[in-house]
Amino acid sequence: MTTGKVKGIISNLVTVGVDGPVAQNEICYILLNNVRLMAEVLKVNKDNVFVQVFESTRGLKVGDSVEFTGHMLEVTLGPGMLSRNYDGLQNDLDKMEGVFLRRGEYNFPLDEERLWNFKPLAKAGDRVEAASWLGEVDENFQPHRIMVPFAMEGSYTVKSVALAGQYKIKDTIAVITDSDGVDHEINMIQKWPVKKAINVHTEKPRPFRLLETGVRIIDTANPIVEGGTGFIPGPFGTGKTVLQHAISKQADADIVIMAACGERANEVVEIFVEFPELVDPHTGRKLMERTIIIANTSNMPVAAREASVYTAMTIAEYYRAMGLKVLLMADSTSRWAQALREMSNRMEELPGQDAFPMDLSAIIGAFYSRAGFVYLKNGKSGSITFIGTVSPAGGNLKEPVTEGTKKVARCFYALEQSRADRKRYPAVNPIDSYSKYIEYPEFEEYIHTKIEGDWIGKVNKLKTFLQRGKEVQEQINILGDDGVPVDYHVTFWKSEALDFVILQQDAFDAIDSVCPLERQEYMLNLMMDICDREFHFDDFNAVSAFFKPLINLCRQMNYSEFHSEKFEDYRHQLDEMLANIK
Amino acid sequence: MTKAFQKIYTEITAITKATCSLRATGVGNDELATVNGKLAQVVRIIGDEVTLQVFEGTEGIPTNAEVVFLGKAPSLKVSDQLAGRFFNAFGFPIDGGPEVEGEEIEIGGPSVNPVRRRQPSELIATGIAGIDLNNTLVSGQKIPFFADPDQPYNQVMANVALRAEADKIILGGMGMTNDDYLYFKSVFSNAGVLDRIISFVNTTENPPVERLLIPDMALTAAEYFAVQKNEKVLVLLTDMTLYADALAIVSNRMDQIPSKDSMPGSLYSDLAKIYEKAAQFPTGGSITIIAVTTLSGGDITHAIPDNTGYITEGQLFLRRDSDVGKVIVDPFRSLSRLKQLVQGKKTREDHPQVMNAAVRLFADAANAKTKLENGFDLTDYDQRTLDFAHDYSEKILAIDVNINTVEMLDTTWSLFQKYFKREEVNIKEALVNKYWK
Repeated sequence: MTTGKVKGIISNLVTVGVDGPVAQNEICYILLNNVRLMAEVLKVNKDNVFVQVFESTRGLKVGDSVEFTGHMLEVTLGPGMLSRNYDGLQNDLDKMEGVFLRRGEYNFPLDEERLWNFKPLAKAGDRVEAASWLGEVDENFQPHRIMVPFAMEGSYTVKSVALAGQYKIKDTIAVITDSDGVDHEINMIQKWPVKKAINVHTEKPRPFRLLETGVRIIDTANPIVEGGTGFIPGPFGTGKTVLQHAISKQADADIVIMAACGERANEVVEIFVEFPELVDPHTGRKLMERTIIIANTSNMPVAAREASVYTAMTIAEYYRAMGLKVLLMADSTSRWAQALREMSNRMEELPGQDAFPMDLSAIIGAFYSRAGFVYLKNGKSGSITFIGTVSPAGGNLKEPVTEGTKKVARCFYALEQSRADRKRYPAVNPIDSYSKYIEYPEFEEYIHTKIEGDWIGKVNKLKTFLQRGKEVQEQINILGDDGVPVDYHVTFWKSEALDFVILQQDAFDAIDSVCPLERQEYMLNLMMDICDREFHFDDFNAVSAFFKPLINLCRQMNYSEFHSEKFEDYRHQLDEMLANIK
Repeated sequence: MTKAFQKIYTEITAITKATCSLRATGVGNDELATVNGKLAQVVRIIGDEVTLQVFEGTEGIPTNAEVVFLGKAPSLKVSDQLAGRFFNAFGFPIDGGPEVEGEEIEIGGPSVNPVRRRQPSELIATGIAGIDLNNTLVSGQKIPFFADPDQPYNQVMANVALRAEADKIILGGMGMTNDDYLYFKSVFSNAGVLDRIISFVNTTENPPVERLLIPDMALTAAEYFAVQKNEKVLVLLTDMTLYADALAIVSNRMDQIPSKDSMPGSLYSDLAKIYEKAAQFPTGGSITIIAVTTLSGGDITHAIPDNTGYITEGQLFLRRDSDVGKVIVDPFRSLSRLKQLVQGKKTREDHPQVMNAAVRLFADAANAKTKLENGFDLTDYDQRTLDFAHDYSEKILAIDVNINTVEMLDTTWSLFQKYFKREEVNIKEALVNKYWK
């Protein structure tokens, strides 16, 4: 293997003189006293290799030796990743000793001793290739498929598969023979470089299946789909994290991967504390069982921040190849972009806008495109739904990360300061936000199998009412309450009713926080029914006097169990109220 | 400080306003050195060319200056002897007392493993209702005051420090005026709490680049007491805007490409490294950080407050309420992100609802005021909200009020009763029945 010596140090950018070949993005270890610091090759210039160190370089000296590994940054894939807490380089944080992270401490991310209940899926004589399913083990009630390693090229014949029984991850569970007659032993683990997408599918169609999140402003108004992409930009204090946690808790996914990328440590602690207690609304089991957390909080090494999102995406792709529905959340992609900016700056590259690297938007685009809905070679389907948050500087959406993301993400959930100030949560701006999926005919076809009637038409009508309400409100503000016709007040209050009942949702209420699709359908039908009516009032005071209690009743319905006695009672009161008005 | 076996270099090859370079070997990154007695730190090594950042500035440094490398990164000796002492940015005593004996620890140490943190859950009472009632602080939290330079943030912070039941209070003063330094000193000694206080101070009279060491010094001391002694430590950092300005100076001298508002591209990470030292440790100790970020004309979109807001767990705004002529903690713009961890759990059950109701009514008053200013007629309800807002500002929000949370809640209930009907406060029926007298 190639070795080298340190020649220069600027913060965590280190120049290394080498004695042999090195590859771009190759991983090396720098020896500082007895500690091995992991680093990645960023640039090669003749004999000078520039590496970014994933740790503090304090005390590093010129002449310290460097060992190259011959491979890029890799993750180890195998059963036992669910419910673990990893750092950005896939070290198991729970295995590390002491309160503080020690630099140069790396560990094996899986459990080598644990026994797994293996069930064969392939049999001797089967033709297989990379990602073919050989068998499966039960990982927290998910069928974890043991696949032919993705890196194996060409096709193989299965020679033998282990019998059903208990095996450790390093036990051979199959032997496959290549076209030259050479046997390969397969165990339950494989490695894969994180910067390379795992492409083991036959087809990547436009995604179309609704991914239910239980959040009305998403599912009803701006739906995201299995394999879809979305992003949530917003200034601080607008509820990005609360919304993201709500989605990850409630989404109808098999696996949830959360990349806490350069954000607050106490927010990760909240997940550590809550998820083992909270129940998955779809399966009734603990949320932590289906969750993997990749934590690179804002005080952890910056270079590993970039790695953390790739680590998370690669693990997601691995589970997708098993035919599972994966939801990947990254909070926040802006911090990742900032990490890129810091390195680009140290390498003295010519800067683009706001000193970000020129290719930022290409990097973001390439990353988002790794998500998606796929058909696997065995005809099954799998998906990665990716939702990233963006923390725009100064809340200004005209900045490179937001703009770069807007080009590639198909759903846009714009969090708005003024909505948050008025405590209208989730503070997603109903006018600016969008979902492109709602325009897909495939989606419309799919939603017909779930909801009767012209659902898309109703959703569009909802948006029109909201838009009209906003326009009228501006006029009322200018002309005064009695400067506009009473009708304007009716239009305004209809949009207020839609805002309060459909868009706003209490993330901290046990019932309101999760709104199943069936219930969203019921409420939207109810509200559209009300909004389609014509009302006549004598003066503007009477309009608010009518709508305020109406809104209150509808909200009480949101807070009550669906179709419970209380719920029906509120509904009854509402019907009476509507019957008594002209 | 020079030891016999240390090599002395005397040939400086380049000098800028903040750095100087020389040829040297065997030097470690981040290592300290002295240049003609002035402290400096290694910031760049290219082959045998070493660049040093001279904290005091390079004025008067000759090309034949004596450079000695100290073989260690900036460090602090920690022990119980730190208590009651005043230090400069290098951790040297400035109160005339003796040097501190103890274990020498490099500052800016490693981060806490996130899985070892505990969720913050202990309330920090300050007696200020704008904080305790509306934006309750929790131990292990990090929160700044966003304030204009003319606002009394240092006084409020000194009050908070004195009333909070912390085992140690560590003051990190960056670019503090000498007057403010003396103010803190006299407040702490008058209160008789000097033995609980440790101060690291860089005043406007000291070179600005030295400031960069202050937060790490303060937090290294804090980690000693919180981790090794399991104490509750409160760290006060004022003013972080001046800290960030010093970062910008250095990055500029290092020819780095500035990003937004001339700040270095690494500003977020630099600030996060400091603020994330706030933690609730598994063994009971905690570090809570209350900082000050001064604003320019209230602009929170500037890179410094903006990045800070993304890192800290909320922010506190001070504002002069012209109706009562007092400084209040602004209930609209202030936020404590961790308040729900203690409100109604460590405080009385009605706390969250009373807080929300009062802020909502205060907002109604603000609307009524706008109506009044625009020449529209006020309804009876509008008038009552205005009267309520006046009393609420004076008896609750004003920073000179010092009462406990039960009194805050009782006072707020009494104001509700004075100006509103039961159904107007929008509080859960059961609580109204219990507390509406």
